Amino acid sequence: MTETLEACETSARPAAPPAIAVRLDGVTKEFAGRRVLDDVSFEVPAGRGFVILGRSGTGKSVTLRHIIGLARPDRGRVFVGDDEISALDGPELSRVRRRIGFLFQNAALFDSISVGENVAFPLRRHTRLGEPEIRQRAGDKLAAVGLDKEYDKMPADLSGGMRKRAGLARALALDPDLILVDEPSAGLDPITADEIDDLLLGLKRSGGATLVVVTHNIPSARRLGDSLVMLHEGRIVARGSAADFDRSTNELVRAFMASQHAG
Amino acid sequence: MLDRAAPAATAALATVGEVWLFALKAVRESVLPPFEFRETVRQLYELGVRSAPLVAISGLAVGVVLSMHTRASLERFGAEAMIPAGLAIALVRETGPLTAALLLSGRIGAGIGAELGAMKVTEQIDALEATAVDSFRYLVVTRVVACVIALPILTTIMNFAGMIGGYLAETAATGMSLSLYFTSAFTLIDMTDYVPATIKTMVFGFIIATMSSYLGFTTTSGTEGVGRASTRAVVLSSMLIIVSNVILVRLIFFIFPEVAG
Repeated sequence: MTETLEACETSARPAAPPAIAVRLDGVTKEFAGRRVLDDVSFEVPAGRGFVILGRSGTGKSVTLRHIIGLARPDRGRVFVGDDEISALDGPELSRVRRRIGFLFQNAALFDSISVGENVAFPLRRHTRLGEPEIRQRAGDKLAAVGLDKEYDKMPADLSGGMRKRAGLARALALDPDLILVDEPSAGLDPITADEIDDLLLGLKRSGGATLVVVTHNIPSARRLGDSLVMLHEGRIVARGSAADFDRSTNELVRAFMASQHAG
Repeated sequence: MLDRAAPAATAALATVGEVWLFALKAVRESVLPPFEFRETVRQLYELGVRSAPLVAISGLAVGVVLSMHTRASLERFGAEAMIPAGLAIALVRETGPLTAALLLSGRIGAGIGAELGAMKVTEQIDALEATAVDSFRYLVVTRVVACVIALPILTTIMNFAGMIGGYLAETAATGMSLSLYFTSAFTLIDMTDYVPATIKTMVFGFIIATMSSYLGFTTTSGTEGVGRASTRAVVLSSMLIIVSNVILVRLIFFIFPEVAG
């Protein structure tokens, strides 16, 4: 079943191999006796976009949770840069997490504080900026996602799409060099989804950020992903560029890509 | 039957073990830096200051009722003069601490269980961790410390409100003056009555915050799970308070024999 396609980065390989931002090495994870990830391995070069595709319940979000240390593998190792995040705890784990921005599927905004305070929260915790500068930076991040007028609103007063954008602003507050995004376009209208993609692409191109994106949205995957993997029943069944996926003979990949084209 | 009972017993023991480890972690991290001063102060306000009106009003009512019952009992023996002192002893030694703790297990326990449960099911606790914040320290330790500090203070408020309630009942019944009432009330109690009984409410505060936080942190099954966590937080906190009270009173009698006398 497993099909390994030529990754797009091999066709445009730079002179020196790029630094590896994320590496999963034989990660296996079970929940309540059910194997959710089964010997998953991949590398994400720094500054590139990496997209994880697959049907619901195939372990995509669990993979992201492993990368930020919210889940620990039963077997295998997870590296962020040179740090083995799956073996870290306490202050060392926090140090690595400060370099990572995570946009949750449902945004996961702190509902007891305002939208602006949500974005300011990581700045208050991890910088020594003064109050005016924190407010300025949080406002800038909100402006980048088109929410500069919503600073003082509570998360409950925002639409689903606005909450998602606010969640992205919070994820970007500390200017992370690794951005994990779980379903960036879920629940968004196509225009807003494109705007989010544009923002993420801009961060990758101009800021050199590494993107790891879980999505069902194939147009989005094509734009964001320099390389893609498809998970099925916890295993990687295909990997390569979007063009490789289009040429794939794997029935699952073809069905997935075709259904998205039709949609 | 044994086939069904054995797994249930094993699961129950595992839960007890988990709660025990959770409580030990709360104790350890309460005394080790870094400390979340700002959030602890916020929790002191939310859990402590905002509970004060409930405790004061309840204390006032408890004082009135206790005074009426005490009068009905002591009148038979012609010992009405002992009413303020009897009321003070009952309030300070037992009724005040236990009533305050049970009231607060309702208000604070349900609040913590529901709040942390909702944060768990909406991934807000994960979001805290993802922003490099130790969620246990930020959410649990701050609430535990706030409750341990707030309970003795709220108990003192309840005792005082209860005494005021007792005075109102007495002055309505006999026209007793405020100075005579309080002079009479404090003839039979001293600090050995007040201090151990009030300090034991720190244990009650620890039980409420720890039990409720554990249930919130382990919430599953969406909004239904949040409701269940909230209810269980109140039920289990109240039960543990009542059971631990037996042990604590025995301990107080052992350490302060004069209280038992």
